[in-house]
Amino acid sequence: MDNLVEAKALTKHFGSFEAVRGIDVEVRRGEAFGFLGPNGAGKSSTMRMISCVSGRTGGDLKVLGMDPATQGPQIRARLGVVPQLDNLDTELTVRQNLQIYGRYFGMSRAKCRAKAEELLEFAQLSDRADHEVEPLSGGMKRRLTIARSLVNDPELLLLDEPTTGLDPQARHLLWDRLFRLKQDGVTLIITTHYMDEAEQLCDRLVVMDGGRIAAEGSPSELINRYSTREVLELRFQPGAEKPDLARFAERVEVLPDRLLLYTQDGEHALSEVHAHGVQPVQSLVRRSSLEDVFLRLTGRTLVD
Amino acid sequence: METLRASWFGFEKTWTWYRRNWRATAVSSFLTPVLFLLALGLGFGSQVQSTALIGGVPYLQYLAPALVVVTAVQGATFESTFPVMSQFMWQKSFIAMVATPITPAQVLYSQVMWIGSQLLLRSVVFVGIAAALGAAAGPGILLAIPVATLAGLAFSAPLVAYSATLEKPEAFNNIFRFVLMPMTLFTGAFFPVSQLPDWLLPLVWLTPAWHGIELARGATFGTLDLLPALGHTAYLGALVAVGVALGVKFFHRRLAV
Repeated sequence: MDNLVEAKALTKHFGSFEAVRGIDVEVRRGEAFGFLGPNGAGKSSTMRMISCVSGRTGGDLKVLGMDPATQGPQIRARLGVVPQLDNLDTELTVRQNLQIYGRYFGMSRAKCRAKAEELLEFAQLSDRADHEVEPLSGGMKRRLTIARSLVNDPELLLLDEPTTGLDPQARHLLWDRLFRLKQDGVTLIITTHYMDEAEQLCDRLVVMDGGRIAAEGSPSELINRYSTREVLELRFQPGAEKPDLARFAERVEVLPDRLLLYTQDGEHALSEVHAHGVQPVQSLVRRSSLEDVFLRLTGRTLVD
Repeated sequence: METLRASWFGFEKTWTWYRRNWRATAVSSFLTPVLFLLALGLGFGSQVQSTALIGGVPYLQYLAPALVVVTAVQGATFESTFPVMSQFMWQKSFIAMVATPITPAQVLYSQVMWIGSQLLLRSVVFVGIAAALGAAAGPGILLAIPVATLAGLAFSAPLVAYSATLEKPEAFNNIFRFVLMPMTLFTGAFFPVSQLPDWLLPLVWLTPAWHGIELARGATFGTLDLLPALGHTAYLGALVAVGVALGVKFFHRRLAV
């Protein structure tokens, strides 16, 4: 079994609202797979179905080769879940959180104690082991949540927006931990609306929008397929009329405050624009990112 | 068997919490009922003349077995409201649990088990203190312990189920004011319900407190006949069963969407 997750025409409705509208997804063993999309794209609903908490409305779903509708507890025994919102027991200590969670998986007390020790190390929380969770920083709580999700040595780890709300330093520390897991052979599924996170972590991803999959591939494949090598960003005075620069680029996106010129050579395009007598307030040449892919696919920016 | 095991793990979690925090709950669970016994039993009771209607026993002894039940029902109300909502909405512990092999139904069972154990503990402590104060009419009051636990659960189980349907805690205040308060005062703990107007009695008979008080007092004074005893127990058992069945349904609806 090389696909840990197989979904075909998977749908999820809440009353008359269609959160997921027929998606096909395969997640292979050992890869880091991402769902990238804005809030409300259906990422979390999909994750909840994969984590065998929420039932599907239609379509087929196999997780670890089993059907979540009938074998939920058996599947969940082999999954790790990091929810979008921390749900730690804040009035217990860091160590107790890990031990108690191990018990939920039916592990012996001795095993839970040993595992907690190991995970404290992994989460770099050993010096806080016997502190209550409540006063810990957001980053520490997040690391503890991730450590807790590993208590049963899961084959598949599901992370829903793992770094939302964290400061840059805490995010990098967390990514580092996730890289280590990946090296250890844990399959990761990550939802995010941060393109840098998706680029950093994901071998393969799908871009979701409005409950559907808009594109699928590795970050670099998607960028090659849907964008140019470089982007020239030109910022203008608010309210100023933006010149028509279509002839200097393969494609131009008009945003409220700036123009994005998609081109193989950004510096060259910039000099041409200057030669044409256009004077933007600010200009920036950068490589294409998943943000550009998303913009191309949906006509909207990812983070509003 | 598997269900019992999984529910036990949920119980263990709350027990871990309780070991750290029991002091904070001790005042409301142990001290308050004892103050009631002191003030109403010893203090107020000293001014009350015993009548045939209360079996000719001292008021303190008349009151004690019923207060065990009232205490359990009060404890059940608190344990079945805010802590349940919190574990759905604020602490979110239930949400964390169902990401493991534990099912929503097992989460409910573990919660009801926990509340039952708390009611048992409170009742044991209360009867012990009552005995030390001379409020126990005889060894029969020991039966008030399981009776109070059952009566408490009979109110708790439906209330836990109801709490699982709520998004906001405001409704709890209405339960405290309009259900718990009258159920404490007018179901026979402090005076015989025969003193109430007739039209009110059917309402009294619906309450788990009244059935519990009838059982506890009857057991304490040895005045209980088999048939009514079975009837009261069956009614309380049925409330537990209905509450648990509804709880399973509502926990599933809340946790597995």
